[in-house]
Amino acid sequence: MKTVFKYLLPFKYKMSVGLTVKIIGTVVELFLPYILSHILKNVVVEQSIQKILFWGVLMIVCALLACLCNIWANRMAAKVSRIFSENVRRDLFDKTLRLSARKADEFTIPSLESRITTDTYHVHNFVGMIQRMGVRAPILLIGGIAITLIMDSFLALTMIVILPFIFVSVFFISKKGTPLYKKVQTSVDKLIRIVREDIQGIRVIKALSKNEYEHTRFDKSNKALVKDETKAGTVMNGVSPIMTLLMNVGIVAVIALSANRVANHSSDPETVIAFMQYFTQISMSMMFISRMFVMYTKCAASAGRIAEVLNCKDDIRVESKEAYPDINTDHHIVFSNVSFGYTPKYLNLKNIDFSLKRGGTLGIIGATGSGKSTIIKLLLRFYDVTKGAIYIGGEDIRTLSPEELYKKFGTAMQYDFIYNDTILENIRFGRSLSENDILKATEIAQAADFINSFPDGFNHLLSQNGTNVSGGQKQRILISRALASKPEILVLDDSSSALDYKTDANLRLALAKNLRDTTLITVAQRVSSVKDCDLILVLEQGEIIGAGSHEFLLQNCVEYREISESQMGGAFVE
Amino acid sequence: MGRGKVGAPQYQKLDKKATGRIIKRLGGYILKSWKLFTVAILLTLISNQLALMGPMYSGSAIDAITDANGVNFAAVSENIIKMLVCYILSAIMTYFLSILMIRISQKIIYTMRRQVFEKLTTLPVNYFDINATGDIISRISYDIDTVNATLSQDLVQIMTSIYTVIGSLVFMWQISPPMIIVFIITVPISIIFTRYRSKKVRPLFKERSRKLGELNGYAEEMLSGCRTIKVYNREAEIGSRFNKRNKSAMDAYLDAEYYGAAMGPTVNFINNLSISLVMILGGILFMYSTSGAVKAGSIFFISLGGIAEFVQYSRKFAGPINEFANVLHEFQSAFSAAERVFRVIDEPSEPANTENAITLEASSGKVELKNVTFGYSPEKTVLHNISVLANSGKTVAIVGPTGTGKTTIINLLMRFYDANSGSITVDDNNIKSITRSSLRKAYTMVLQDTWLFHGTIYENIVYGREDATPEEVKAAAKAARIDSYIEALPDGYQTVLSDDGVNISKGQRQLITIARAMLADNSMLILDEATSNVDSRTEIKIQQAMNELMKGRTCFVIAHRLSTIQNADLILVIQGGEITEQGTHDELMQSGGFYSTLYNSQFS
Repeated sequence: MKTVFKYLLPFKYKMSVGLTVKIIGTVVELFLPYILSHILKNVVVEQSIQKILFWGVLMIVCALLACLCNIWANRMAAKVSRIFSENVRRDLFDKTLRLSARKADEFTIPSLESRITTDTYHVHNFVGMIQRMGVRAPILLIGGIAITLIMDSFLALTMIVILPFIFVSVFFISKKGTPLYKKVQTSVDKLIRIVREDIQGIRVIKALSKNEYEHTRFDKSNKALVKDETKAGTVMNGVSPIMTLLMNVGIVAVIALSANRVANHSSDPETVIAFMQYFTQISMSMMFISRMFVMYTKCAASAGRIAEVLNCKDDIRVESKEAYPDINTDHHIVFSNVSFGYTPKYLNLKNIDFSLKRGGTLGIIGATGSGKSTIIKLLLRFYDVTKGAIYIGGEDIRTLSPEELYKKFGTAMQYDFIYNDTILENIRFGRSLSENDILKATEIAQAADFINSFPDGFNHLLSQNGTNVSGGQKQRILISRALASKPEILVLDDSSSALDYKTDANLRLALAKNLRDTTLITVAQRVSSVKDCDLILVLEQGEIIGAGSHEFLLQNCVEYREISESQMGGAFVE
Repeated sequence: MGRGKVGAPQYQKLDKKATGRIIKRLGGYILKSWKLFTVAILLTLISNQLALMGPMYSGSAIDAITDANGVNFAAVSENIIKMLVCYILSAIMTYFLSILMIRISQKIIYTMRRQVFEKLTTLPVNYFDINATGDIISRISYDIDTVNATLSQDLVQIMTSIYTVIGSLVFMWQISPPMIIVFIITVPISIIFTRYRSKKVRPLFKERSRKLGELNGYAEEMLSGCRTIKVYNREAEIGSRFNKRNKSAMDAYLDAEYYGAAMGPTVNFINNLSISLVMILGGILFMYSTSGAVKAGSIFFISLGGIAEFVQYSRKFAGPINEFANVLHEFQSAFSAAERVFRVIDEPSEPANTENAITLEASSGKVELKNVTFGYSPEKTVLHNISVLANSGKTVAIVGPTGTGKTTIINLLMRFYDANSGSITVDDNNIKSITRSSLRKAYTMVLQDTWLFHGTIYENIVYGREDATPEEVKAAAKAARIDSYIEALPDGYQTVLSDDGVNISKGQRQLITIARAMLADNSMLILDEATSNVDSRTEIKIQQAMNELMKGRTCFVIAHRLSTIQNADLILVIQGGEITEQGTHDELMQSGGFYSTLYNSQFS
């Protein structure tokens, strides 16, 4: 809460002005019932229409003043919460993008998403509301109590007795309702999941004639949802009748008690009328205050979740050269006896040790889960090695700033990121690249032809995740993106798996021809994608079980030979 | 304002005729629970009547207090008891009413959801090809929720509003007809205000939630690529793009809020204005009444209790008028939402089976396509004049570039679509004369997109044949080479497959679907092989399992792997919707066409 509310600090003067105006507006409004009873009690007996008019018009003036003050203050509040939310959201998004991979894993992407969308929304709403109602309600409450105490303290006390009941009932019912609505949401999610599943599997369902089965499955979840919604509604709908009843009981009590007091002249009936007005105002404010408490708990939870991200200390730091000295080497990339585990308990990579010349090519092959992509993740410093060190150009990558490090790379991964924008923009990716570089990149990546086959060419709009192009086309766009900045090191992590053999072969050829000075790392399932590499690593369960050229491995590595043989007779894809 | 959740569809206003139709249809649903609904209406009327009577008794009580002969305690307590009874009964009834309305609306939306869902399962497959999943889902969730909210809350509210407005007017008329003049001033102000609200302010709020939705969408999209953004050093650039949208969303917020800020205070002002006017007019009349210038019984007479009553009624009267436009708007949204729901329910299902359609039993597996031509839309055919004969137990492999109609053939075999011309026969019966379900049941399908649902592994396998015994399930898993993997999981066959649960690789998921297919045990098999994302070791396993599955069945294989094709009895090369080459592997290699080029490309 504290972290987030720090964002309000710059507005403290603006907010105090707004609050003052709000207070004026609210206090003025509090006078209305008082004037009302004053007219009935003191003005009417004077038998002067003029005086009644005077006081009546005064009421209207007060009402208007209250209205204008409130509008002005509300607008002020909106301005404050606008900038507040904008800043919180901006910083949160920035910070989220800069989180280390490990931290992002810990938070999980969906949770980070909901922090940026839902949580900021909650906090924003609360900040807006607290400025509008957070001041008004307590003032109406306290002011109302104060005035009624002055008018008739005995009657006022009866009202005060009712107030805790209002608070308790509204607060607790709402509190009780919150988990019930959470349950409703879970049931809704379940129901939606079934619908989504069935839409995706409609062919299988029809093929197996499973309609009835699916109907029953859906019906169960439909009934559960009905049950949960009914329960939540049954609880939450109690608030309004109880509230109204308590308010009316208060009014009844005031009338009943005032009868006695009027009889012994310690009060007058006109006061009762004013009291009825005040009581309505006071109990409404009480209800708002109780609601605000409920909202506060929700907002505090959201603010907490936002602060968690904002205050998250990064575990990836730029280290000093003293702690991680350079080594003397001709090689471009050196993995020096690297071990790594995502968790301390288990090592996913063990003793990975290899060197790669500048302009050399490296192929990494192995089964799913053998640690191929983990090597790439370490090279890109998504995670820090557990043991050993990684050097690029003789410098330990831990001593490089992210900018320095990533400037060297062009990467394309298997399920890489395509977003809703033109092909051109997806390749450019917000960098300042010349058209020529981009054109050249698409040619090398074998993408130029299909891009030009679109009527709008490079301006062809891609959908989110590139669902409107084929897997192979997507991969070629990604490779173009990786190539376009002419990086020192090009990483293709399983990024040509959807290309047919011919295109894949052409791609290799073009890479070899055009990127002589680029160090190339290819991670693949297919032997054919790596067989021309200077060095091929065969991985199994996090260890290198074979390293060398294609020919060497065919001779000396059983597993490599097996994989290679199983893939003869290859695949038609595309 | 409104209940517009972020991401909810934005509803367009319907025309009068459509609205009428929707109301009639929704009415039909309500009439199904007409007994409960009648009770609900009665409760609405009575509880509101009771709530309206409270102020009247309070007025009488005050009059009894101010009685010329001192406080009339008997009358005071009588009125107080009446008030108390009214308020208590009204509160209880209001509560029951709200519960009743929840019951009724839940009943209705339960039915609606069921109808939509059951309709979905009978729709032709192409419905799902044309309509986005997200849109279908929002119909069954958001749209039905919108209808629900209106049925359970707004319906009662509008009845209450109407009753309260008329009721308080009647009561006020009884207290003092001349004082009604006050509303000749305030009601038009209310109307102008609500019009202003719906014309000027509501679109701004709509724009505000649209912009916010856009912003959230952008954030979600970019976060899904956060690693890529990192490796390209794009944090600052993407951050500034986000902030541009952030700014524009917040501008929309401020725009809306600038006008929205006036809403609450203005409603308050109108209320206070009417009370002030009541006080001016009431004060003058009261003055004459107390001085005796106006006698009791005259329409200009008013007592202190009368004024108290009038003030309370004027509040009751003003509230609904200010809210009326809002509720009406909710109704309009609900009608549009209902219309979207009904549109799904009214979609034509797959055409019924022909009369005398036969049930296919124990098919031998002989399948023949004769001169089949087909297009998803009439003007653009994707298959031209395809003829194939697959004898029982034979394997037909289909190869060709993407988008040339390979999957379309499968759609036709399964009758997900019907051919435009030509015929398809199974055991020499035209498939149009066979019931759809028995035809489909005669096939087993393993598709490229492995489809598993949220449930245990056991449930997912037994899905192939519900009456299979646990032993048979295990046997199928063994045949699919996945049994030992499953048994090694902590929960074995009871492991729940979910997105966030146990990490099951693509290959293993594929093997589970093969186990499911094993269990189904039919004479005909359709395989859409998918091994491009599977590592070689797993691929070998899948291949072995597939071979097992293919034994003794008529198979249609969309082939990605040449090894499957090499052994096929017939290979069809499809290009541009036509069979350009067909024959065995050896025959095709000899002819030196597209197939042999493709085959040789892997060695280049």
